[in-house]
Amino acid sequence: MRVALFATCLADRLYADACADAVRLLRRLGVEVHFPAAQTCCGQPALNAGHVAEARRMARHTLRTFRYADHVVLPSGSCAGMLRTHFPQLLEEPEATDLAARTWELSEFMVRVLGVTELGRGLEGRVVAYHHGCHALHELRVHDEPLTLLANAGARLASWEASEECCGFGGLFSVKFPVVSAGMADRKLDTLPPVDMVTSADGGCLMQMSGRAGRRGLAIPFRHLASVLWEAAS
Amino acid sequence: MSAHHPRGYKAASARAVLERQDMRASVTAATRNFDGNRATAWREIDADTWRDWARDVKRHALTHLGRYLEEAEARLQANGVRVHWAENAAEVHDILGRLLTRHGVRRIVKAKSMLTEELEVNRYLEGRGAQVRETDLGEYIIQLLGQPPSHIIAPAIHIGLEDCRRLFTERFGTSPDASPEALAAAARAALRADFLSADLGISGANFLAADTGTLALIENEGNIRLSTSAPRVHVALVGIEKVVPRLEDLSGFLQLTSRSATGQVIGNYVSLIHGPRRQGDPDGPEALHVVFVDNGRTRLLSDDVAWETLRCVRCGACANICPVYRQTGGHSYGFTYSGPIGAILAPGLLGLKEAMPLPFASTLCGACADVCPVRIPIPELILYWRERAVEAGLVPVAERLGMRAYATAAEHAGAFASAGALLRWVPWEAGGRALPVLGGWAGQRTPPRLSPRSFRSLWEEGIR
Repeated sequence: MRVALFATCLADRLYADACADAVRLLRRLGVEVHFPAAQTCCGQPALNAGHVAEARRMARHTLRTFRYADHVVLPSGSCAGMLRTHFPQLLEEPEATDLAARTWELSEFMVRVLGVTELGRGLEGRVVAYHHGCHALHELRVHDEPLTLLANAGARLASWEASEECCGFGGLFSVKFPVVSAGMADRKLDTLPPVDMVTSADGGCLMQMSGRAGRRGLAIPFRHLASVLWEAAS
Repeated sequence: MSAHHPRGYKAASARAVLERQDMRASVTAATRNFDGNRATAWREIDADTWRDWARDVKRHALTHLGRYLEEAEARLQANGVRVHWAENAAEVHDILGRLLTRHGVRRIVKAKSMLTEELEVNRYLEGRGAQVRETDLGEYIIQLLGQPPSHIIAPAIHIGLEDCRRLFTERFGTSPDASPEALAAAARAALRADFLSADLGISGANFLAADTGTLALIENEGNIRLSTSAPRVHVALVGIEKVVPRLEDLSGFLQLTSRSATGQVIGNYVSLIHGPRRQGDPDGPEALHVVFVDNGRTRLLSDDVAWETLRCVRCGACANICPVYRQTGGHSYGFTYSGPIGAILAPGLLGLKEAMPLPFASTLCGACADVCPVRIPIPELILYWRERAVEAGLVPVAERLGMRAYATAAEHAGAFASAGALLRWVPWEAGGRALPVLGGWAGQRTPPRLSPRSFRSLWEEGIR
């Protein structure tokens, strides 16, 4: 099987190692991974802020970049949600709808497409809190997939009251209303039980929560799901 | 309330987060409780099918609104109800003023109604010298404090038990550690006299069935039933979007609304009001007036995207699950309706410019869409208003130009990679806080840690 990796603009710069781990993981599962060099940003930051014309330009560029891929896999639920939910409405062309049906968040791809639920026991005994990114949860309806992969690798999933609540990032929201955004991150941090690590499929959420934890002097390891799953498999 | 207007949102919401830790805790606990009860109550029924049904009935009613309003008017008149039409708050005030004179009204009891808040009815009536008493316990508390409601169904949700105890000790001499039951009893005793001496009761309506002219009111405290039946005169203010075609539609709407609002199967009291007291009736008002209120609704109905907002049944479920609302409370919005529905009702009812920046007061997390009983696509409508705001030039010029430059770079991978490389030179720790746009952001967080090398360059070298 051939898969095009869409690293996403944020993970490319902030979670480069997680993208590399996603590649290693997919290869381990027998997938041939490509990295279409023309890829940039899916346009979600623009769309969410109401800049629809700009979002459409970036969506069209992304569609052109990935139109011939069998599957597009992203280490991000949020950007995957953009391709799947918003591209068809934004571009109004059959190719966008077609691309939407071939777009997957990484853990979703492994479970739903590859049918893989066991990666190894690399997380034996580790206490892990999982943050459900909002777009994975509410747009892609991805919920059990990452949890299954983590639990089957031996992780003990911590019960976290706010695990399905928004972290407060929201792209430009965190710039326009930084204090409210930080208050939302605090709700996540204040309800977090003692864990070995917090993980999530979305770099944006991890950046938000770890940045706030850092400002408050809290030493909590935040790690991208792709890296944690690679550790599970190694 | 300083500057109770949407334009004060940024400052008010920041103040709420920084200075009102107690309020955030009360609101978070109460809304989580509501939402948990809603989820349980939804699991008892085929909620998704009922939500489809409710959406479709409301859509039908709204697309045939003129017909159903005429039918409702005819039925109400046949039932002995006087019907009035008001285009805006000023016309509502005029109608109420004439009714005060005609019926010799000095004392008024009010059932909880968000529409009367929207229309600033209390301010007007008190200006006319009438005594106005809110009779819903939460409304009563905030009336004593001189505050507007901060939640659609729980107006005093931002008030903790301790604040309430202090208020009641001052007002009624209850003991400083009185139980919630004792506080409610003190309020009930005080309100009893108001009910018995009132000349006029004012209510809103949850629904109005067009085929029978029936007003439906859901509540838990019994104060609405008293307000609408004890005084000589009852005036119901009804938003024109409240009309449903048939009485039997209420069987679905009453329980779906209750289940979504509080998780109850149905409110403790449901009043179905057909008209004033008839010959031989033991109680009820001598005169019943229904005022149909537009106040921006027709204009919103004519918007072929945002008209879906008018399906709202005011259950508050979207606010209960909203992570932004939980941090800021409802007053920050500076608008009668707060939470996600407020963010899309404000531009619809006030006009976009007046409503700024409320459509931006959301992370678009999508939780609200999953709990709306009438399936209003709230995140899509938030995006719609943001798009309109950009078109209308209501966002900063720098943001528009920045976005344009970003999109242009993103169409060329090489340029995009070069621009991305500049991130490394941003003086995050030293000067990050002083950056023009990111200053506030950097003040609240440590800067993002850039990977030593981009993934693109790792890939070019080969991943092992």
